[in-house]
Amino acid sequence: MCLGIPGKVMEVREEAGLPMGRVDFGGVRKEACLAYVPDVKPGDYVIVHVGFAISQVDEEEALRTLELLDQMGDLVQQELATMGPGMSAPAVLDDPVAGSAPPQRGGLAS
Amino acid sequence: MKYLDEYRDPVLARKLMAEIHRVTTRPWTLMEVCGGQTHTIVKQGIDELLPEGVRMIHGPGCPVCVTPLEQVDKALAIAARPDVIFTSYGDMLRVPGSATDLLALKARGADVRIVYSPLDALKVALANPDKQVVFFAVGFETTAPANAMAVWQAQQLGVDNFSILVSHVLVPPAMMALLGSPSNQVQAFLAAGHVCAVMGWTEYEPIAERYHVPIVVTGFEPLDLLEGILMAINQLEAGRAEVENQYVRAVRREGNRLAQETVFRVFEIGERKWRGIGEIPSSGYRLKPAFARYDAEAKFDVGDIHTQEHPACIAGAILTGERTPLDCTAYGTLCHPQKPLGAPMVSSEGTCAAFYAAGRGIGVPARPLAMAAPAATNAPTTPIEGAAR
Amino acid sequence: MTDLERPVAGTTIDADGVACPAPIPEVERVILGHGSGGQLSAALMRDVIAPALAAVAPGGPLNDAAVVEIGGLRLAFTTDSFVVSPIAFPGGDIGELAVNGTVNDLAMMGAVPIAISLAYVIEEGLPFEELRAVTASAAHAAARAGAPIVTGDTKVVGRGAADRLFVNTAGIGLVPDGVAPAADRARPGDVVILSGPIGLHGVAIMSVREGLEFEVEIESDTQPLGGLVAALVGAVPDVRVLRDPTRGGLASALNEIAQASAVGIAIDEPAVPIPGPVQAACEMLGLDPFHVANEGKCVAIVPPEQAEAALGAMRALPEGAEAVAIGAVVGEHQGMVTVRTIVGSERIVDMLVGEQLPRIC
Repeated sequence: MCLGIPGKVMEVREEAGLPMGRVDFGGVRKEACLAYVPDVKPGDYVIVHVGFAISQVDEEEALRTLELLDQMGDLVQQELATMGPGMSAPAVLDDPVAGSAPPQRGGLAS
Repeated sequence: MKYLDEYRDPVLARKLMAEIHRVTTRPWTLMEVCGGQTHTIVKQGIDELLPEGVRMIHGPGCPVCVTPLEQVDKALAIAARPDVIFTSYGDMLRVPGSATDLLALKARGADVRIVYSPLDALKVALANPDKQVVFFAVGFETTAPANAMAVWQAQQLGVDNFSILVSHVLVPPAMMALLGSPSNQVQAFLAAGHVCAVMGWTEYEPIAERYHVPIVVTGFEPLDLLEGILMAINQLEAGRAEVENQYVRAVRREGNRLAQETVFRVFEIGERKWRGIGEIPSSGYRLKPAFARYDAEAKFDVGDIHTQEHPACIAGAILTGERTPLDCTAYGTLCHPQKPLGAPMVSSEGTCAAFYAAGRGIGVPARPLAMAAPAATNAPTTPIEGAAR
Repeated sequence: MTDLERPVAGTTIDADGVACPAPIPEVERVILGHGSGGQLSAALMRDVIAPALAAVAPGGPLNDAAVVEIGGLRLAFTTDSFVVSPIAFPGGDIGELAVNGTVNDLAMMGAVPIAISLAYVIEEGLPFEELRAVTASAAHAAARAGAPIVTGDTKVVGRGAADRLFVNTAGIGLVPDGVAPAADRARPGDVVILSGPIGLHGVAIMSVREGLEFEVEIESDTQPLGGLVAALVGAVPDVRVLRDPTRGGLASALNEIAQASAVGIAIDEPAVPIPGPVQAACEMLGLDPFHVANEGKCVAIVPPEQAEAALGAMRALPEGAEAVAIGAVVGEHQGMVTVRTIVGSERIVDMLVGEQLPRIC
């Protein structure tokens, strides 16, 4: 019930005095009330909860989050690479299944 | 799905998990508030792969599950009336009251209908002028704007056969009640992203300061949860206690002003009981006097239903992290998913339901973890890879 | 501040007037959840129906059809009732569903269908046109499956006593020698194969269900699987288990197999094909695609050395074009199904407990 999912506003119209939008959720289309996001226009993304758009997705921020996350991983690798000789095995293992023990802070390998 | 799938990237997920491991030096206890967040954590097994000592306590963040027994009983009393069409969100139909539930009532012929949006309930009222339509207005602050709009529209359109049974609960008072409890073990919170999309996060700043707990507004996808946990742990490790926002793509500090205006035009703060916990002061919404004629409790005179929460239920202690379901005398006997007593068992992701599903403490072999049995997890992959080529 | 460890005492009165913990009364009536194909359905069978039939029913694991020996031949025999609402939905109608459903139950025992029966319980007021359309669909489905409809029955009941039309089909088929798939035959090391994407039927029904309507380009996947199974057993006669994941979805089917065979099943979540719109609809409604009904898919469990042959045989036909290995049978966590998540841990996938949708097949 906290379910708020992002969807793309396809068209906007008015019904009984309320702005309603036809929103596309990855191939599923449903009506949502846009009364709380009055500046939204077709092409914008909104978060919809029980038939109401409660927030507009800030697409720039969304992209930035992903970019930061992507870089973060690389930063860790870089950091480890600069730690000096003997650090041949990175602490961060890519295999999710191998049961890796958490890397120890401040150093690798016993 | 755009703005959803990207936050499920397994590679980024593993990077975040590795970073969490890298920065954690001590045990920490965190709580994610919202049921949707619990769902992701449990479904993706995030809590199992966190560093040893980092514990996630599942908060009371499912408005369905914390709906007090009393409100469910009132709903049942109203729904049983032949002149009533009782409408509700789907998940409320399965929540047990003292003696039965809405689904069972429906089986016995009551007109109980699932709706997706409160505006749909209003449509039912418009289409059935000879019946009384009641909508079970359950939810956190996230859902209040929708419920408020339905009442507002009813007034605008002059609909008089529509009313709502209010059972709204609020997050900040619950957080403060938890933090104020002497047995509280929670050291940081992941605040509910969509609650904050509506309300903003200003209410949490005094909480963070007064109780010295980091509060991170967090989304619902795996990467959101992992990033939120990372941000919280970074604060804990550094001794900081601030409100931060992980869910930047959907939440602003002031929240949704328009939504807040409508909510406070229709609702005011009032008392509310929480299932398995009891009353938390000023933790709910009730309709303002100007909208009294849309209040189902007044309309149908169910004020004489007072239900006490079950004495054996220790939901409160479960939520503070002080106890586990294994400490509960009712767990697995009086209380199980088909006949739950408190919120953590009503919700399929609640701590008690999760324990039960994993077979813990009820004589079923403990469920295996990938980390504990690497041989087991290797076995399936080999035949798949071999066969698929 | 409220002390959370104690419920607040005060002027409230316990509705039952009982001071000490008392159990909430048993549910002694059938509820919708009992028909959902999940745990409640299993409980109804185990606690109410099976005991009453014990004297005349052979024991053993519950399979999609029964196999009886007669004159040296093995005859598969099955019956199914269809109460889907609405009776026509994107991708099909109740007539087609009813015939395909029974043909598929026979196919899940490896049987070639011989004959089908078709029985109607019609609600007074149903237009002839709709009855004709449904019957034409049933005929078409039977022809496609190569199984004549040889007998039937028609009853009419008053308004409100049946939701427009209920259909029952029964079928008999012949099981070839050397073919004996059964729910209790899965063994550790076996490969779990799925014939195609899941969630289509359930989502198609939901999209036209009152109260939840949404637009989506999804159609029910109802189709006969006899041809697919024939190709499969041709390549792998010793297929261990065949099951079509209908009510209760993939999760319920796999759980039933794990329990009947006393084995564990481990699924690789990224390997399970779920179409985008199905995923989106499930997100929107808060449903798990693993619990959504399918009508033209099957799970096949085969010995590991036969997996490649099985996949090859299935992929050669349109019904199996997207067949894929999704996991394996393991010796651990007997009776339980686990799924590997994106962060690399395992979580348990339960059977559906009660009702997910009222009457979808």
